[in-house]
Order: sequence, then C-alpha cells, then structure tokens
Amino acid sequence: MLSIDVEKRLGDFSLAARFEAAGGVTALFGASGAGKTTLVNMVAGLIAPDRGRIWLDDTVLFDSVSRIDVPAHRRRIGYVFQEGRLFPHLNVTANLDYGRRMCGLAHKPSEMARIVGLLDIGHLLDRRPGKLSGGERQRVAIGRALLMRPRLLLLDEPLASLDAARKREILPYLEKLRAEVPMVYVSHHAGELRRIATSVVLLDAGRVAATGGIEVLDAATAELMA
Amino acid sequence: MLDLSPDEWIAIRLSLKIAVVATAVALPFGIALAWLLARKNFWGKALLDGLVHMPLVLPPVVTGYLLLISFGRRGPIGAFLADHFGIVFSFRWTGAALSCGVMGFPLLVRPIRLAIEAIDRKLEDAAATLGADRLWVFLTVTLPLAMPGLIAGMVLCFAKALGEFGATITFVSNIPGETQTISAAIYTFTQIPGGDAAAGRLVLVAIAISLAALVVAEWLARRAGTRFHGE
Repeated sequence: MLSIDVEKRLGDFSLAARFEAAGGVTALFGASGAGKTTLVNMVAGLIAPDRGRIWLDDTVLFDSVSRIDVPAHRRRIGYVFQEGRLFPHLNVTANLDYGRRMCGLAHKPSEMARIVGLLDIGHLLDRRPGKLSGGERQRVAIGRALLMRPRLLLLDEPLASLDAARKREILPYLEKLRAEVPMVYVSHHAGELRRIATSVVLLDAGRVAATGGIEVLDAATAELMA
Repeated sequence: MLDLSPDEWIAIRLSLKIAVVATAVALPFGIALAWLLARKNFWGKALLDGLVHMPLVLPPVVTGYLLLISFGRRGPIGAFLADHFGIVFSFRWTGAALSCGVMGFPLLVRPIRLAIEAIDRKLEDAAATLGADRLWVFLTVTLPLAMPGLIAGMVLCFAKALGEFGATITFVSNIPGETQTISAAIYTFTQIPGGDAAAGRLVLVAIAISLAALVVAEWLARRAGTRFHGE
C-alpha cells in the first residue's frame, strides 16, 4: 500500500495531495498540468516534496519531519516514462538487464524469458532502441522496469506518444501486468484507464478532487462534457 | 623511403611518448572538470572556466614560464613534488609531458563538456530509478553517451601535445633524447646549415602522424555514433 501526503510549490503551481493506493492499478487521472507527473516523480524519488510523507507498505520513502529521503536508486520502484527513455547505447537485452544488474539481483534466465515472452519482445533482443518502433520501445521499457522486480510500478502516460493502433497493441500487455505488481498509472485518457484501473484518484490543479473506483472516471468525464 | 637518422627516430619516439602520456594523464582531470563545468553551479565557476582556457589565449612562452617558476626545481610545487614523491619535471621528458598536457587541456575539456551538456538528463533519472547510484549512472550512462566528445577531446589534446613547442621549450629546454620533440628538433635543424633535409623529413613525419590521428578519431567517432542509432 502506497500512502502519500505531500506539498510542493513549483513557481506558480502548488501541489497538495493526500491519498492512499492499495494493490491493483491506481489511476492518477486529471487534465495536463494537474500535477500527476510531479506526484509520481516524488514517489520515484526524482523530486523531493517541500513537506509531507510518502510510505510504501511498511517503509518510509520520504518524511520531511524526520528528514528521511530515500534516494531514487534505493527505492526499488519501477518507472515507465512517457518517452520510454531506453538507453540508446545499449541493445534491448542490456537495457532489460540494466535494473537487475544495478540492484545486484541474481541473474535468472527463466525470469528474463518469462517477461520477454509476456511482452513479445524476443525478436528485438539484439537491436538498439534507435531501431525500434514506438510501441516496441514502450514494451521494452515496461520489461526493463519489471525485471528489476519492483515493489511498485509507476507508469506515466505510457501510451501518450503512440497512435491509436499502437495503443491497442500495448493495452493487452498492460492488462496482463496487473497480476505482476501493484501499479500507479498516470493518464489523462479515461478510456485507457477504464480498461486497466482498479481505483482512481482524480487530480485537479494540484489537489485531490475525488477518489474511488472506476465510477470516479464517469463522474469526472461527465463533468468535462457538461 | 624516408631515411631517418637515429636522432630523428629518438625525437619521434619521444614526441609520441610525451603526447600519449600527456593525454592519458590529462584525461581523468579533463573528464572531472568537464563534468563539473557542465553540471554544477558553484562560486568561482566562471573563474575556473577562464583558468582552464588560459593556455589557449596566453602566449605559450608565458605558460612555459609560469610552469618553470611553479613546477621547476625551486618552484613551490616542483620542490614539493620532488621532495615528497620524487617526481621531477625540470629538464625531463615528464616536464615536457606536463607542459603539453597543460596546453592541450582546454582542447580536451571543451568537447567533453559539450557532450555532457548534450546528454538527456532524463536518461540519468531513468537509470537512478533502475537502482544505479550516482557513480554507476556516470559510468554506465553519462560516460558512454559522452564518448564522441571524449574521443574528439583526446584527439585534439594529443595533436596539440604532439605539436607543442613554445611552452615546452621554455619550461624544459631542448635536450636531445630528453625533451627534444619533433617540433623542437625541426626548429633545431632549421637553425643549422644543411639541416633542411632532416627538418623536411621530420615535417613529413609530423604530417603523417597528425593525419593518422585524425583518421583514427573519425573512425572511432563514427563507430561510437552508429552505436546509438542501431546495429
């Protein structure tokens, strides 16, 4: 369970959010500029809140009162970025293996084979990221994050840079992931979230506007339409 | 085809040794400084940047003289290094390597700095989320991605070190077999009657080495470049 209670000021924008995410797929939903990415970056340890606390299960990741700020590389939180961010100088195999090596985990060929199979990326292993399509790149990025055996997987608009056909290509893989690891899934696209989210946190201008099940999406989109 | 005399061979070997050592020793300092200038903001950064570039704009004789009074036997740094570590620069090939390294340093730092500045820092963030601490991020992401800049810097530094003349001759003089590089030997030959042929031969050698360095650099840079874009 991820529990967040943070405040952060970035220029004119201020973020003050508090919510809890149990297992399953928690959707962070909201218009662009609502603070979704800022929030997941805080969970990942890439930016520090001004005040507040972030807990994952029984460990404190950040606590401004007791001055705890676990660095990103020790959080064991997988992160799939919007643009993939594969390492251009490494081939797909080395990209996939990067997290495992950096976390000092034992090499398990069976685990590698399982994830490669799950994401259908076996035919790409020798290629460099420059030679991959957008959809292939995102699948490799997902595999790379999974293979570090994360305690939590953050996905920041993982489909946003893809066209409709590619989105349809990736969604089934994301659905399969639900059994693998708890996820926080950032998107401003309700349709996508309806397919994979189990709970929803609605963000609006740096504040949590609503939390609940999928029905939050319906209410929010109805409001947008109105 | 080029009938080089033993003395000329000695000058060529010495030049290559000095240039290689100067570049190799300067490299770690160059990388550290390039990283510092590319990534950190600190008090006196502009001053440090200016200091690094000084050898580029100062008359080489001035740089050589400054080296002489600081790294010479009686200079404060020179005396300290000689007394405590037994490292002597004055009138030795090591001194030639030092002056060549100093003269080549700005040429080494600049391309590396530009390469580091051009790296997408989001890739470094991604590496951190995958468990890499700052040193590993540097070694596995920053450095490999800066490789074209590293190669360019090393070639420029090597070429500068190979041809350096003014600072070296001021600092460690022109001693055959110890500090007489190709450039110094060419200069010497042009000063003695009948030295034209020897000077000419060394000029051809200098051109050949410089061209070879350029070709190798181009090849290495292309290899490093294609590594990012496939196969």
